[in-house]
Amino acid sequence: MEFTCSQISKAYVSSNGRVTALQNLDLQAGIHEFLCVVGPSGCGKTTLLKLIAGIQSPSSGSIRFKTTAPKRTPRCAMVFQDHGLFPWMTILDNVAFGLEAQGIPVEERRRKAGRWLQTVGLEPFALHFPHELSGGMRQRAALGRAFLTDAPVLLMDEPFSALDAQTRLLLQTELLHYWAEKRQTVVYVTHDIDEAIMLGDRILIMSRRPGKILKEYRVPLSRPRTLRAAANPDAVALKWKIWKKIQAEVEARD
Amino acid sequence: MEDMEENTSRSRSAGLNNRESIAHAGWAERLAPALLVLAGLAAWELAARAGWISTLFFPAPSSIAGTLAAWIVSGELAVNLGATLYRFGAGLAAGGAAGFAFGLVLGLSGRLRRILDPLVSGLYSLPKLALFPLFLIFFGLGDSSRIVLIALAAFFPMLINTMGGVQQINPDYLEIARSYGTSRGLLLRRVVFPGSLPSVLSGLRLAVGTSLMITVAVELINARTGLGAVIWMAWQTLRTEVLYVALLATATLGITSHVLLEFLSRRLIPWQMERGKELPTKAILEI
Repeated sequence: MEFTCSQISKAYVSSNGRVTALQNLDLQAGIHEFLCVVGPSGCGKTTLLKLIAGIQSPSSGSIRFKTTAPKRTPRCAMVFQDHGLFPWMTILDNVAFGLEAQGIPVEERRRKAGRWLQTVGLEPFALHFPHELSGGMRQRAALGRAFLTDAPVLLMDEPFSALDAQTRLLLQTELLHYWAEKRQTVVYVTHDIDEAIMLGDRILIMSRRPGKILKEYRVPLSRPRTLRAAANPDAVALKWKIWKKIQAEVEARD
Repeated sequence: MEDMEENTSRSRSAGLNNRESIAHAGWAERLAPALLVLAGLAAWELAARAGWISTLFFPAPSSIAGTLAAWIVSGELAVNLGATLYRFGAGLAAGGAAGFAFGLVLGLSGRLRRILDPLVSGLYSLPKLALFPLFLIFFGLGDSSRIVLIALAAFFPMLINTMGGVQQINPDYLEIARSYGTSRGLLLRRVVFPGSLPSVLSGLRLAVGTSLMITVAVELINARTGLGAVIWMAWQTLRTEVLYVALLATATLGITSHVLLEFLSRRLIPWQMERGKELPTKAILEI
């Protein structure tokens, strides 16, 4: 196992009183596993990622990691829905930020970030600021910031949901391509069932708040995958099954 | 992907063309006010020479220019401008730096902020000039009482804007930085500081304005040198040409600091300036 969440709960106090975002959630992520988490909006998916990332700590329960990563390397690197690049840094510095946080000297981190930009075709924009780039380009840079850290776990919070449909498909394919090199453990949150099937090894369905894992499905597709995988009859059948499950969950308490 | 990049580069060049056309329009438009001023000066000169207006109130531009030249040659302008610049600069530097430092600390520490906020609001709303007599008692009749008051005028806008800038940083950015295991020092240097910089610079802009105003005001009240003192002396002796020369020098000081601030902003917060340039509000309003 790469990491194990056992019986984690998270409650916080908001203006509407006490909210329980997650309740007694169990989750196990295998090494090199690409996990997709699908669920109705507001079910605590983002909270789950933040707990795994260690930005927040659970109210109860525990998250245990296998600890074999080199000392300075962070355990997790996160990619955010709205790219989360710092508006005051150039694209190059943004991509290099994860390395900067690890204390890697400036020449080395710039060289690595530059190589990434070359790979994703953003080299001409290295010294531009994020707002000068399109959404897809920004997300390619944000992927670089996460990948370059060499963190064994990548946490992705609907990274492509704000992009147009075509750019999203392109980026899904690119993501699988970059991921194939090191096969980090990925927890990928999305509300898009197609995307989950296209990317994941395993799909976890979350319940409405308070969130827990309702059901899990193994994706019956081989790798490497292309866009064609979506047309596979097994994939279509799986999509239908997942949709029925989510529909039941959404309608259950309305 | 290639398609998309081509698209973006095309839209970039379109943006450039647009910017250029705006610059072209601005060239003719920028000449117009200069011509207007020249015409006004010519009319003024004519009216003064013909005796249509009193030269006590409106001495002819040529006589103001003559006085200006005489003041430059005698070094009187340099001495008084220098005195004003020194007080303004020293006060702004001391008060601005202190306001920035305290603003950072108060922005970062919620507890200190809660303790000191009522005090800051109370002192901020007090008209600074009213403190001048008290400062004259504390620090004597020399420059120190003036500089302390000017520093105080610069201190509050810097403090409040820096504090606000730190507090207003999108918490997402702090979380992102933390998710990458950023150390506290790096967080300050790479996230908190640049994130609050636009607000710090608007604080500086306000500080420059208020401290220049206070500089001239304290010189009007109590000083033997400085542009404010010259203005007051000119009024008492009814030497209107001198009054205009001193006003001109004061206005130049204000405009110069504004230009310097613009330059500083362009250098320090290029990501904000660029965004501003892409949205020329003037052009939008004219459409």
